[in-house]
Amino acid sequence: MTSHDVVITGIGLVSSLGEGPDAHWQKLTATGTKPVLDAERFAPYTVHPLPEIDWNLQIAKRGDQRQMETWQRLGTYTAGLALDDAGIKTDEALCSTMDMVVAAGGGERDVAVDNTILAASESRPDFDVLLNEKLTTELRPTLFLAQLSNLLAGNISIVHKVTGSSRTFMGEEGAGVAAVETAAARVRSGQSTHMLVGGAFQTEHPDMLLGYELGAYLHRGAWKPVWQRAGSEGGGVVSGSGGAFLVLESREHAEKRNARVYAELGPVRSGRARRKRGELGSTIETLLKAANLPQSQVLALSGASGGHAATSAEKAAIDAHAGLTARGFGTLTGHMKEAQFPFAVALAALAVHNKAPYPVFDAASERNFDGIPEQVLATAVGYHQFEGLALVSAA
Amino acid sequence: MAKLKDHLGRPVVAVTGIGVVTSLGVGKADNWAALTAGKSGIHPITRFPIDQLNTRISGMVDFLPSSSKGASALTYELAETAAREAVTEAGIDLDDFGGPLFLASPPVELDWHDRLALYKGGDQPDASERILDVARGLNSSEMFDSAQFGTIADRLSDAFGTTGLPITLSTACASGATAIQLGVEAIRRGECERALSVGADGSATAEALIRFSLLSALSTSNDPPEKASKPFSKDRDGFVLAEGSAALVLESLESALARGATVLGILRGCGEKADDFHRTRSKPDGSPAIAAVKAALADAGLSEDEIDYINAHGTSTPENDKMEHLSLSTVFGERISQIPISSNKSMIGHTLSAAGAIEAAFSLMTMREGVIPPTINYDNPDPAIALDVVPNKKREAKVGTVLSNSFGFGGQNTCLVMAREPV
Repeated sequence: MTSHDVVITGIGLVSSLGEGPDAHWQKLTATGTKPVLDAERFAPYTVHPLPEIDWNLQIAKRGDQRQMETWQRLGTYTAGLALDDAGIKTDEALCSTMDMVVAAGGGERDVAVDNTILAASESRPDFDVLLNEKLTTELRPTLFLAQLSNLLAGNISIVHKVTGSSRTFMGEEGAGVAAVETAAARVRSGQSTHMLVGGAFQTEHPDMLLGYELGAYLHRGAWKPVWQRAGSEGGGVVSGSGGAFLVLESREHAEKRNARVYAELGPVRSGRARRKRGELGSTIETLLKAANLPQSQVLALSGASGGHAATSAEKAAIDAHAGLTARGFGTLTGHMKEAQFPFAVALAALAVHNKAPYPVFDAASERNFDGIPEQVLATAVGYHQFEGLALVSAA
Repeated sequence: MAKLKDHLGRPVVAVTGIGVVTSLGVGKADNWAALTAGKSGIHPITRFPIDQLNTRISGMVDFLPSSSKGASALTYELAETAAREAVTEAGIDLDDFGGPLFLASPPVELDWHDRLALYKGGDQPDASERILDVARGLNSSEMFDSAQFGTIADRLSDAFGTTGLPITLSTACASGATAIQLGVEAIRRGECERALSVGADGSATAEALIRFSLLSALSTSNDPPEKASKPFSKDRDGFVLAEGSAALVLESLESALARGATVLGILRGCGEKADDFHRTRSKPDGSPAIAAVKAALADAGLSEDEIDYINAHGTSTPENDKMEHLSLSTVFGERISQIPISSNKSMIGHTLSAAGAIEAAFSLMTMREGVIPPTINYDNPDPAIALDVVPNKKREAKVGTVLSNSFGFGGQNTCLVMAREPV
């Protein structure tokens, strides 16, 4: 134990299951919790939709809300939940010295404008001129900022006054892994005393589904748990809207302000398997070795997306470790891309903090875990590229 | 014998390779010759029609094979070209870099021509459904790759043999500086001996131009193009959208000396401070930019008196140049009028995600060559901004230390301090 150990002192969560760490803990530990699904709106795709959210609770000014599309609003809201949870939301001194890393996507375009342009292209041979005409007249000037990747962090600075430093990482699940890894490294090295790290994903937009479907990654047809989609129609990913933010602090900083500590964030390991060369399995294995897993039984909160190749490789790697018991939370939340890894770390921290495991999310594919989970693994193996994991321990 | 640890006991970070591409050309030699000759790379837009557009000029890179192939392809080629020059100069195996990659690049979006092709590929009445339906039947991964945020870094990792998970980042117009900062920090934390930091931006599409136009950020001084970017001038009217890239090989000084590499400069310090005032405007008192400059100086272990030259953010927008002057005069006091400060953007325009990296590369060359590139188009000085902008003609000067500023939308402020020699 050292003063620069990284501890988790704040958790903000939003998913189709609800909002906040307590609501998620209750839902996820109750037996027989069913996923919240919308199979109609984007048929043939099923999504896990956002719950009802009163944005005013974390974004007081309507003017600020109007400057963001749903993804930025969701991330800003979730970040506010984490700051509140850590007890520093209204502490100006702590927020103004807090460093931030956000894992971001972006590109929530105006579907109506885009589809107007496409419809008009039917009768126009000069598409590029048409584009100029329509975009100069139809685009809302502030939309650019409302969908821009680094403006989630920008809005967190504006709304919550987090202004130590602000960095935005991009790159699907890997962005979430790198964000947590970098934030933890900063705290561990003494470069930061307290950090806000996380991300959000808003799947209820055709372009957010398109990002997956250009690679034929989405599951179609009847919904199934994350481990059971092999052989089904489509690519296996069922996406969900949600967000996860963590407040990380050095142990010393947290103790000095008497903060409630959920858990310690241990090793965070990341990788880039060259999957076309068949390296994914061995890369996950290498990451597991580097995580210093204890000899005892370890619960693994898996961020598996359901994407066929990635999920079966992860399943095989976990199954090869007799001590690992997996929980694929994507079964109940859907896949949240950039937010998936921070979400996994948050759920791992809740199990450690509550000294209780999660029941099986999928009785056919997961086995029971007996005892108190003192160390919990969190994983995110990207549906297409990049992978990472972290070990969360009792503080 | 140079000190291998800095004033805070961290490894000193050296630069051992530099690569650059801008509208002025490919490579350091061509860029430096043009930059010191006061030549502008700003030219009329030919990549797409300019009908309906108020701004018809840019600093696009139009001479690469990928220049007409969309933002993703061009950004990759820009990054790869600059990285190849830098890694070659550093004397490191081109396919076995042996350190992590930090890439500053623009957020990707599906190209409009791809969206149109998807639309034309089906016949469902609902356009969004049609596009999704056609997308899942594609037999090629090209469009998918172009719309994934992690693709460019993944390809660069394959090409150069960088280690681990590459980081792709965006801090808007400060991105290039942030990529360097992340590399410096990784070396200081002892996570690696060397890092490849790249800033690349080939995203000057019609929509990008229109978006900045709608925010009234762009110059509309179309004629003549080379006169449009006029930082610190009274009649400045916006920035000029541009493309480019730069790569730095960062290395612990210890590792560089041990393998006999040529040290091109030292990355002494990095500082940042976020602004909570507004999405595009800075806090009126300039306090975040002031804090970023001060943080960079403190990180470098230098006082205000020890900066010889400032490589300005100098976008040529009314707001930025005023704010930059306010911030710098607050930090440097009376002395600010005697410190030479120039804006590379007067010649290359604003290369957005690449700007911080390109300007760091030019800052390092300024020190090595002992020549300060000018701020061109300084014909009508803004009397409210009393700075020595190295007007219109290059200046020979002994420059031992540089401060390079990068400020971006979303309250991003990042400053770098570089030195010619190790201490």
